[in-house]
Amino acid sequence: MNRAPLIFLGIFFTLAFSWTGIILTNQLTYGKLQPIVDETENKSYPEALPGLAAQGKLVYQDLGCIYCHSQQVRRPGFGADDKRGWGDRQSVGRDYIREGRVLLGTMRTGPDLRNIGARQTSRDWHMLHLYDPQITSKGSTMAPYAFLFETRKIVGQPSPKAIKLPAPHTAAAGFEIVPTPRAEALVAYLQSLKDTYAYPETKNVFVEPAAAAKKTEGKK
Amino acid sequence: MASTPNLAASFDPATSPDLVKRAELSEIDASTKAPALFFLGSAVLWLLVGTTFALISSFKLHTPSFLGDIEWLTFGRARTAHLNAVIYGWSVNAAFAVSFWLMARLSRSVLRHSGLLMIAGAFWNIGVTVGITGILAGDSTSIEWLEMPFYATPLLFVAYALIGAWALITFRFGKSEHIYVSQWYLLAALFWFPWLYSIAQIMLILEPTRGTVQALVNWWFAHNVLGLWFTPIGLAAVYYFLPKVLGKPIHSYYLSILGFWSLALFYNWAGVHHLIGGPVPAWVISAGIAASFMMAIPVIVTGINHHMTMVGSFGALKYSPTLRFIVFGAVSYTITSLLGSLMADRQVSEVVHFTHFTVAHAHQGMYAFFTMVMFGSIYYILPRILLKEWPSAMLISLHFWTVAIGITVYVVGLSIGGIKQGLEMNNADIPFLRVVANTIPYLLSRSMAGMLMTIGHLAFAVNFTWMLLRPRASQDTAPTLFQNPPAMEVSR
Repeated sequence: MNRAPLIFLGIFFTLAFSWTGIILTNQLTYGKLQPIVDETENKSYPEALPGLAAQGKLVYQDLGCIYCHSQQVRRPGFGADDKRGWGDRQSVGRDYIREGRVLLGTMRTGPDLRNIGARQTSRDWHMLHLYDPQITSKGSTMAPYAFLFETRKIVGQPSPKAIKLPAPHTAAAGFEIVPTPRAEALVAYLQSLKDTYAYPETKNVFVEPAAAAKKTEGKK
Repeated sequence: MASTPNLAASFDPATSPDLVKRAELSEIDASTKAPALFFLGSAVLWLLVGTTFALISSFKLHTPSFLGDIEWLTFGRARTAHLNAVIYGWSVNAAFAVSFWLMARLSRSVLRHSGLLMIAGAFWNIGVTVGITGILAGDSTSIEWLEMPFYATPLLFVAYALIGAWALITFRFGKSEHIYVSQWYLLAALFWFPWLYSIAQIMLILEPTRGTVQALVNWWFAHNVLGLWFTPIGLAAVYYFLPKVLGKPIHSYYLSILGFWSLALFYNWAGVHHLIGGPVPAWVISAGIAASFMMAIPVIVTGINHHMTMVGSFGALKYSPTLRFIVFGAVSYTITSLLGSLMADRQVSEVVHFTHFTVAHAHQGMYAFFTMVMFGSIYYILPRILLKEWPSAMLISLHFWTVAIGITVYVVGLSIGGIKQGLEMNNADIPFLRVVANTIPYLLSRSMAGMLMTIGHLAFAVNFTWMLLRPRASQDTAPTLFQNPPAMEVSR
């Protein structure tokens, strides 16, 4: 009574079922989603990452930022992503099609970063925040990334790239703290993170934060 | 299937008068000695490495300045090194050893070509070492559960191919006419894992799919590693050791079939519940939620089967270390799986999805269930392949209580903290940094629990090494139990 072939077939088909359903079907239905060409601006969206930002994304991956920061905005009314200002609209599949590696993330020990480039536009803020998060966000549990910066002796003119540290954190006299190329790249990447373009499919789900608040009020 | 109700008993040397079978079993056990020791030894080393990284990451989450200047140990890398060390180092090595020991015994087949397994083991452990070093050096892929850089994966593939081929050969040459439920689970797991792993490697790293299809592949893989690899191996061990130690058959053979097939059918659809609210088609999520709810069937069925087998024998928990760990694991499996189904509910997910609650849940599955079952299995297997007994019952007891209390504090503390974090995060009136500050007491409780578990792991490692090194003693005539039962026949 050898039932091994039957068991094996069952084992095969159960996994084949979900592979077909979850992966193959979705690959066929939206795996070839194309960018939208906006003829008024003569540009296609989503835009490709500029070179420096693309390098910065590699730094983001190598430091493991994804383990505390998601990059996906949930729809208004599901969580408080919109009210926290993490995005003007829900993230949609098309937002990610130019990304070689999609970093949706599953954890929010820190805030969502999908639109951090729209929220924090200042290079200086990002630099200080990376150097020591306590400077800009007192009480944060984010790791300090001082190792992405160099303490250099000032020779002649101070570097224009040196970061401007507030009082207790300043470098010793005659020294300056300069971001390494990796820090520059990472900040360029963070500044590039913004999904501001309204695709045809997002127009349907787009809700002004204020309007959304009113709507949920109305439901109650 | 005429003789099925007594399937487990029919293999059991303790209840069988057949001394020939007993001799055969010790021959089979002896043939597994070298590779089993190799895999178990590696597993214990990785457990210690993984625990070290766990503590470092845990401290960093409430005290970010701790080792803050060392790039190699920054949170994102230390945490990832921890995951890969305990999953691919500890858990997979232990799973391999337990699988082929069980497979050889249940197929009643002497382990052939054990050299093949040793080579596979060497490849696997070198691969994991290279992978984790790569992660620490900054080559992580940042794909959850697949962080090891591309140059480590071929080594793992070779290792896996050898082990998979070996298991099929052993099964094929087996003398047993029946296929016991443990073997179903083992065969399925050994077949599912390479499929999952190779699809994930191809569709995420070699030829990445476009857009969020990647996320679907990622969670199809990552959740199924738990459900279709670790879970079946853990359940195979429970199905073997529970009746074995108690000396009575499993409660119901038919329930075990139902449990197996419903797990096979539903679990592999459930993974997409990690993307609830995310930018993927809503129908896949709904299907994933439905499958997650359906998982209640295999879980309840398997739970009834395990716990009904235990009914009437709770007294044995006082004596047998194996039983105590296995029962802890089996109970945790029921709880964690039912909670998992609940977490797939949209309303629950809205709160707990991006929080420490998920971390607690993952540890309840991988530790309170799987790791505890592996501990129990090792306490049973090692004396039989070394023909020595565990040197210290006190250390086993210390191990059990520290990890049992530790993981309970871990899961309860972090679950409460996670729910609180989720509720506060969904209330935009509470500033984000306030939400972060409110998690810190729970993160501290996690570190305390972690330290307790570390003590347990050290006790286990000391006992393990001591047992390997000490000469066979003449008093090794009875197994090391927590206390000697007044009149219980002890199965060896």
